[in-house]
Amino acid sequence: MSEKELGKKWDRCLADCAVKIGAGLGLGVVFSVVFFKRHTWPISFGLGTGLGMAYSNCQNNLRSHYLVHRTKEE
Amino acid sequence: MLRVCLKGANSAARKCLCGKGPSHPLQQCRRYTAGESGGSAGKIAAATVVTLGGGVGGTVLYANWDPKFRTSVEQNVPYSASLFGMALGPIPATVVPVKKQLELFQPPSLMFEESKAEKKKKKTVESPAPETTQTLEQSSLEASYVISGMSEVPCVPAPHDTEITSTPPTEVRTECHHHEAPAEPLVLEAPPPPAGEEPLKERPVEEVSARLAQQDLAEQDSLTALSASLEDKLAASAKAALHAIGAQEAALLAIAVHTSKLKEAMEAESPPDQKSAQWKDLEAALNDRSHTVDEAGAALLKAKEALETLRSVIDQGKASKVDAVRPLVLAAEENLHSMVVDLDHVVTKVQSAQSEAKIVSQYSDLVNEAKQQFQKELSSITPEVQANWKGLSKLTPDDLNSLIAHAHRRIDQLNREMAEQRVRAQIHMETALEQQRLEDQKMLEQAVGTALEHSREEARLEQERKLVELREVMEAEMRTQLRRQAAAHTDHLRDVLKVQEQELRAEAEEVLSGKLLEQETVYRRLTQEQLDNFTLDMNAAYARLKGMEEAIDSHVIAEEEARKAHMLWLSVEGLNFALRTSGADTPTEPLDGAAAAVRDSCAADEFAAALASALPEESLSRGVYSEASLRARFYALRALTRRVALIDETHNSLFQYFLSYLQAALLFEERELPPPAQLTGEDLDPFKILSYATYSLERGDLELAAKLVNQLRGEARRVVGDWLAEARLTLETRQVVGLLSAYANAVGLGTTQAP
Repeated sequence: MSEKELGKKWDRCLADCAVKIGAGLGLGVVFSVVFFKRHTWPISFGLGTGLGMAYSNCQNNLRSHYLVHRTKEE
Repeated sequence: MLRVCLKGANSAARKCLCGKGPSHPLQQCRRYTAGESGGSAGKIAAATVVTLGGGVGGTVLYANWDPKFRTSVEQNVPYSASLFGMALGPIPATVVPVKKQLELFQPPSLMFEESKAEKKKKKTVESPAPETTQTLEQSSLEASYVISGMSEVPCVPAPHDTEITSTPPTEVRTECHHHEAPAEPLVLEAPPPPAGEEPLKERPVEEVSARLAQQDLAEQDSLTALSASLEDKLAASAKAALHAIGAQEAALLAIAVHTSKLKEAMEAESPPDQKSAQWKDLEAALNDRSHTVDEAGAALLKAKEALETLRSVIDQGKASKVDAVRPLVLAAEENLHSMVVDLDHVVTKVQSAQSEAKIVSQYSDLVNEAKQQFQKELSSITPEVQANWKGLSKLTPDDLNSLIAHAHRRIDQLNREMAEQRVRAQIHMETALEQQRLEDQKMLEQAVGTALEHSREEARLEQERKLVELREVMEAEMRTQLRRQAAAHTDHLRDVLKVQEQELRAEAEEVLSGKLLEQETVYRRLTQEQLDNFTLDMNAAYARLKGMEEAIDSHVIAEEEARKAHMLWLSVEGLNFALRTSGADTPTEPLDGAAAAVRDSCAADEFAAALASALPEESLSRGVYSEASLRARFYALRALTRRVALIDETHNSLFQYFLSYLQAALLFEERELPPPAQLTGEDLDPFKILSYATYSLERGDLELAAKLVNQLRGEARRVVGDWLAEARLTLETRQVVGLLSAYANAVGLGTTQAP
């Protein structure tokens, strides 16, 4: 069912976003705690990184259909 | 690629050429070439026709002139005989070469020449013969004169003198005849000469053999007749000759007896009564002699006559053309000759005896005369003395003295006479000797002549004998040669006959095979006609039968078809029903079974089979969604499609997604819009499309809805892909099923028979 695909993509995207943000947050926190003396910028950095990654991933995921893969070409 | 181009170029060029090339010149060319070829062909045809006609005419004319050429052409060229027969007529009959027959007649002609030569020889022989007759006659006459001249007493010519004189000429004449006889040409039995002037036709074998047999028979008859006559005559003549010879010998004996008796009577001094007895004996002997001489003469005449007849028969025999008579004739001639010779000898003996007897008789006469004279003188002197000597003792001495004186005187006279006589006698003797010599000479000549004649005759007979032998040898040789020739001829004939037989056989076989072929073809044609007619009838009947069968079969088939159509229709109905078994969201049951049923029911029908096999695989395995479910699904899809309306290949970032969502939230369109007949550019807005699709769906036009939905682009299109596929599937299936049912209906309609 092609109409469900979008939904699936959205689900994955959200999941991924959550994971990424969480991971970023975590890492940020960790880093901030460990390396950067509890500055908040690693957390936000991590968060942002996570968010960005998630955003990018989500976008890639949603675009994936329109991208022509090299293997296919080959 | 390049080759294809080249080919294309070439074909194009060619087409150009063919197309552009002036058809007119080509046609002209064709016409020109046709004309040219036509002209040259016409010329060549005319030339060949003229040549053929000339050759045929020339051959016909020459065949008309020369039959050999005609026959050779007829033999070598088939069907020319009929052509010549039509043009010239049948072949004229040819003349059989007469050469062989002419050659056969060489020997007879040669024999002719030989016989002619013989004839000439004989003719020369004849000429001296008449001369000898003259001399013989003369000599005989002279001899008679001489004999008569020995004494002054006229001799009594014996009655047989004339015969003697007559016989030599007759003898000679017979000898002449004898000579003449063989002078006839010895004609061989030659086959009857053909009329050389007429065109010869070979006599058929039977005729020839009949002729030959006839000739043989005739020859045999003549031969037998001739031989019989010859034998008769020979016997008769032999008898007569023997009789004559016997008579002559008897005559000879009688003459001898007579002369001896005469001599006895003359010389013996016997007493008178014995003398008288002697004289009586003498008379008797004389009578006997004359009688026998007469008899001998008669017998000789008879013999001569018989010999004459024999000679005539011999001449006849010689004259006849029968060859086998010759030895008989020869033998008869020899016999004749021997008889003649014997007769001659005997006659000469008789002649000599007769002459001797004449001499003796003359001597006796003379003696008698002298005695009588003496007695006369004595009686004149002594008249008293009687003639009787016994009375001498009675005489006186004077008488005795006178007697003695007379005797002395007589003696003297006699001496004188004797001396005179002696002288005269000497002279006479000389003359007589001369004459005798002459006569002897003549006699010698005559004898020599006769001996010569005899020897000549013998030689001639010998020659004839040799001739006969030679002829026999020649005949045998000729026979062998003829046989050889005949054999060669038969061989040649055999060969020719063989060749002819072969030719004739080949001809006959040809003719026969031709005739047979004709007959066969006729027969074949007739049988073929018959067969054809029969076949036609059979075909007609068969066709009718077949028609009937086909009608029945077609009926059966029609029924079968109807049944099949019914089955198909039923199966299609089943399929239809299967289509309706879909649930709300579940597809129908797999249409495989129904499709299989349909396929089974339409196994023979290609269209239906094709259609049945045209069902999409998905529908068979999984079944199709119903329209209602699709419609329901569409509504869900519609919302989604609205949301992703802005997303496509280029615009597919997350922000675009946000914007698209925003648009979907904010934009409101008609739920349903009737789609226009033609979609323009501004109708291709997704929202409008969705409205149109919804409208169509609501109206049950899934097809249009699908078409419209197909116009979506980008993500929206991707989202509705599945739905579209399903819709397509359903549509396909429905189309197929619809076609099948329509087909089944049509078939069912088709198979129903009009009342």
